[in-house]
Amino acid sequence: MQLDLLVDQFKKKDPTAFEKLYGMYSDNICGVINTIVKNDALAQEICQDVFIKIWNNCESYNSSKGRFFTWILNIARNAAIDEIRSRSYKNDKKNLSADYFVGILQNKEEEESSTVDTKGLRNLVKNLKEKCVQIIELLYFRGYTQKDAAEELDIPIGTVKTRNRSCISQLRDNMAVR
Amino acid sequence: MDVEKYIASGILELYIAGILSEEENLEIANYAKEYPEIQKEIEAIEASILALSKKASPGFNYSFKSLMDRINGEVKVIPINEKRSTPLLSYVGWAASLLLAVGLFWMYQQNEDLKSNIQIVEKQNVDLEQQIADTDSSLEQTQELLNTLRDQNISVIALGGQAVSPTSYAKAYWNKENQKVFIDAKGLPEPPDGFVYQVWSLKLSPLTPTSMGLLEDFATDENKVFALNNPNESEAFGITLEPAGGSESPNLEQLYTLGVVATS
Repeated sequence: MQLDLLVDQFKKKDPTAFEKLYGMYSDNICGVINTIVKNDALAQEICQDVFIKIWNNCESYNSSKGRFFTWILNIARNAAIDEIRSRSYKNDKKNLSADYFVGILQNKEEEESSTVDTKGLRNLVKNLKEKCVQIIELLYFRGYTQKDAAEELDIPIGTVKTRNRSCISQLRDNMAVR
Repeated sequence: MDVEKYIASGILELYIAGILSEEENLEIANYAKEYPEIQKEIEAIEASILALSKKASPGFNYSFKSLMDRINGEVKVIPINEKRSTPLLSYVGWAASLLLAVGLFWMYQQNEDLKSNIQIVEKQNVDLEQQIADTDSSLEQTQELLNTLRDQNISVIALGGQAVSPTSYAKAYWNKENQKVFIDAKGLPEPPDGFVYQVWSLKLSPLTPTSMGLLEDFATDENKVFALNNPNESEAFGITLEPAGGSESPNLEQLYTLGVVATS
């Protein structure tokens, strides 16, 4: 696997490997952060901090613990959540649940100069039901546990896994159509 | 191992979200090596999340070069940031502690002032109590004196001023029973330094003076009443000014007052 080789090189502090990984994931990581902070400039700042952290802690990644992307996803959302807490954003869950990542869509349509690919995002989530948007946001962009997500959405904990599975399937279908 | 069922359970989606336990993560990593379908499914799920998160990206990211510049320059950057924030905080801290110190000193001063005020008041209290005690004892003395003078055995002899000091006068209260004479010398001027009044019991024919004693501490005695012993059969009393310590016989040149006992 090319990815595994790349990650191995990266763990040996190879800047070339790091550059390739940055090229592969920087958009995604910055995107995840943007869904949380909802501020392009701030998202970019945090994003850069996150990659610096990734570089400095490269030895601590272990493939037996999960995917490389999952590892950096976790670092990114922790950094973004820390940021909004430290800036004393209103962080209670009600506020968050009222403003999922599709909120970015509405924001971006208002400011025309924005570079967010709103059309692409819109296509990607077009058939997604509200409950899918919610569960994807909580599990992937907020890092909620199954239990926390079940409480937040007021559904049985066993439902979280299956509902998420069907929502991701739909997302994959949308990608295939595009 | 039913791979289809395992995939359908939705656990692989949670694996990508990174919210499973370490045991579960390890288990899935092992299955992924063992079963290509699972590995493929994992990558497909990851791809969908990658696609979704990419769409939310701000769009223009910092170049990798600027990232590496920051990584290489980070050692320099961080101390500057820290220095920038530290002084304000430490100034505020120092200012606060200075304020506290000044405040404490001021309170200490206030406390000391109050303490010394209390001491002054306490001393005034003691003084006042002393005055009351003095007044009480002075009152007692006066009462005693008054009782003595009211005794029925007392004869009063007025001593009139003589050539040396015509305005002087005195009174002798003589209790023959207990052989005491009280001299009220309020009408006498203060004796000059080095001199003292001396009281004499006189027999008239022939003139025989007998010293009864001195009016010691004349200036400081408040009521100017002096008690003297008089065992004599006096016919008159005289007061002369004598050198300190008194004289054997009176200096009649300096006879201030003289009074004759009425014969009854």
